[in-house]
Amino acid sequence: MIQFDRFVLSNGLRVLVHQDNSTPMAVVNVLYDVGARDEEFSRTGFAHLFEHLMFGGSVNIPVYDEPLQVAGGENNAYTTNDLTNYYCQLPAENLETAFWLESDRMLSLAFSEKSLDVQRKVVSEEFKEHYLNKPYGDAWMHMRELAYTTHPYRWMTIGKELSHIEQAKLEDVKRFFFKHYTPVNAILVVAGNVYKDQVRALAEKWFGDIPPGTRYQRNLPAEPPQVKPRRMELTADVPLDAFYKTWHMCARMDDRYYAADLVTDMLGGGGSSRLYQSLVKEKQLFSNIDCYHYGSLDPGLLVIEGKLVKGVQIRDAEAAVEAELEKMKTSLVDEKELQKVKNKTESIMAFEDMSVMNRAGSLAFYELLGDAQLMNSELGQYRKVTAEDILRECQAIFRPENSNTLYYLSNPEKEGKA
Amino acid sequence: MTEKTLLNRKVAPRIKDAVDFNLELKPCERYKLDNGVEVYAIHAGAEEVLQLEWVFYAGNSYEKKDGIAAATSFLLKNGTSSKSAFEINEQFDYYGAYLNRNCYNETANIIFHGLTKHLEALLPLVQELVTDASFPAEELAIYQQNMKQRLTVNLKKCDVVANRLIDEYLYGKFHPYGKNNTHETYDGLDLDSIKSFYDRYYRHGHVKIFVAGYLPVNLFALLNKYFGQLPFASAPEPEPEHPRDPAQEKKQRVINDPTGVQGAIRLARPFPSRHHPDFKKVQVLNTLLGGFFGSRLMDNIREDKGYTYGIYSYLQNHLKDGAWVISTEAGREVCEATIVEVYAELKKLREGFIEDDELLMVKNYLMGTILGDLDGPFQIIGRWKNLVLNGLDESYFYDSVRTIQKITGPELNALAQQYLVDDAFYELVVV
Repeated sequence: MIQFDRFVLSNGLRVLVHQDNSTPMAVVNVLYDVGARDEEFSRTGFAHLFEHLMFGGSVNIPVYDEPLQVAGGENNAYTTNDLTNYYCQLPAENLETAFWLESDRMLSLAFSEKSLDVQRKVVSEEFKEHYLNKPYGDAWMHMRELAYTTHPYRWMTIGKELSHIEQAKLEDVKRFFFKHYTPVNAILVVAGNVYKDQVRALAEKWFGDIPPGTRYQRNLPAEPPQVKPRRMELTADVPLDAFYKTWHMCARMDDRYYAADLVTDMLGGGGSSRLYQSLVKEKQLFSNIDCYHYGSLDPGLLVIEGKLVKGVQIRDAEAAVEAELEKMKTSLVDEKELQKVKNKTESIMAFEDMSVMNRAGSLAFYELLGDAQLMNSELGQYRKVTAEDILRECQAIFRPENSNTLYYLSNPEKEGKA
Repeated sequence: MTEKTLLNRKVAPRIKDAVDFNLELKPCERYKLDNGVEVYAIHAGAEEVLQLEWVFYAGNSYEKKDGIAAATSFLLKNGTSSKSAFEINEQFDYYGAYLNRNCYNETANIIFHGLTKHLEALLPLVQELVTDASFPAEELAIYQQNMKQRLTVNLKKCDVVANRLIDEYLYGKFHPYGKNNTHETYDGLDLDSIKSFYDRYYRHGHVKIFVAGYLPVNLFALLNKYFGQLPFASAPEPEPEHPRDPAQEKKQRVINDPTGVQGAIRLARPFPSRHHPDFKKVQVLNTLLGGFFGSRLMDNIREDKGYTYGIYSYLQNHLKDGAWVISTEAGREVCEATIVEVYAELKKLREGFIEDDELLMVKNYLMGTILGDLDGPFQIIGRWKNLVLNGLDESYFYDSVRTIQKITGPELNALAQQYLVDDAFYELVVV
């Protein structure tokens, strides 16, 4: 059970305090309710580029990292399709340094041309390192465009193409900042060796006078239900054929989410999962295979992907995957298998909650979902899932017309030896 | 008049310098099982989970044929005389537990993560794996096939190729720290070698146990029951001698993928192990150079030039002999410019004055991260394991802390003059 206190400043900033005096450290986590889904289709990659700029100095403080490191702290941040999260950890005695730094960059950035210029380059290198210069690195760009026709999950957080990042202008940066980086669109979590009254006083002092901003009204185009299967085939200089298939699934806050999550564990979680046992070990069609989903806040994708054993025909591999899914759609899983994936979920949650940093991040995430208390009640939701729920969910998800299949094939002329 | 004074946001709040903190490494409990196996334990943490690690002296330094140590480590979970790989996996998975194994140079571990309440149900199975693994032929064949495929994919990546090559240059292709598995290594694996390696280095090998987290009260009795009666060796076998055979040519440029848009850059020089008197001081110098986000390399090459997403330097953590490595992936067209900047930073450390402010930042950062790192039970046992395996005790930890607190700019300059010499570095770019 994770205890926390919650209050809201007069400018709308939501503040959560999680006290754990067994640690000498404090964590300050600021979540902004903006992700890549909030970008315009002609300016993708912006939320993430912006995250980089948040370290390029704020209105009163020339650099972010240095004073934090002087205070014995470290920090990082990440951007997803749904949200942007900044977190730092430092010795609790120096907690106020984090308030000073985080509040100043919520107040306003320095908006320096030099910082924008450098971070455009840095993000371009990140783009190359992760998506262009790796075998199969662009598979997900293709898959997203195949699976989404309308919703902005169509592009990756890094952006649809390098040119969008290269063309970002300082005025875009400013507009984005004042639209999204405001107290009403943020959640502050302070955790560790801290006290509620102390945090309240510091929050009032440093964040209290920041103008509230306007609550961002998210109005994204919904993805229309898919009515026919979509397929795509591409050939590249990769050594092995790879298979990617996705199906649309429910949103994170849907009641059906818990069953869908457990389905991915049954199919692809670990050495006793169905796909691994059947297709890697027994039939030896794949050298590796995974099943997972993104936990997206809007309706997301359930994924099966794997690399084929050299010489296997990709249609045979796909048919074998479908045969496993057919079993899930036609017969009830037994209690033991269901209990297994529930136990695994319980264990993962306990491990995640070990670090104060993770607890702070989770509280911010659940508060964004609408109620931080969900952090303590979700395990109960998993425990309630029945074999019938699993069957129903598999029947709803694994329909051919709901699927997107990508064959990522090895160029036979270039690749001889496996 | 209002009582509230206007907030001056330009002035940093007062801090306590982390360098003045009094850091303590939580002591670790030690037991000996009936057969002499040493157990190191840290009881801490609120969540009812634990990590239990068996460290065997079964790394690749002991193998007579390449790849045998890693294959044995991987396959020991894939079947016993009474259970299939699936049945073994299913049992760990059922309890939401993870059993991983890793093979290193001197050691190979088996590491369990799980809920404390399920430990007792799973220990007999771990015992079975270290006494009765059966190594089915079919499992070896699947391992060979899948590892070869994975290698083929990995060899397409410039960073993987660069990591392999730089170790070969530093230590030589036949040294445990320098050798790399190839397709031929996997083709050459055989069950007889694996089984005899298992028998000698696991079943009758030397093992130490490290456990941390929320520990059950009967932990010692449980470990003694399942592992205290087994015929383990009282000391590790002496390792065969592995002389270093470094490459002669220091500057290397490799084209792995003609269409690549980035190059993997590695600059590395040999550097002694933790037992060398300069090691602790050099760790501070390394932090300043490239050990954290505020380092000089990061400041210059990422934050000023934008040549890379990240650049780091580190001291390799081998037990016997080591290297000091600078590592980055940079745009193909700026690789050579990146190397020029790295050498410029080395020169500045040799010749330039190190400002007090910068040094204090590095010291505070290091002390702050150690403080944060000493927080969780798994991190604390990790520090203890590092000390024990290196034949050190807690005085090493406290000496390291004192070194951070006391070291001066001129001392760092002197170390840079001694070690950060351009000619001492291997220099590699793989596109």
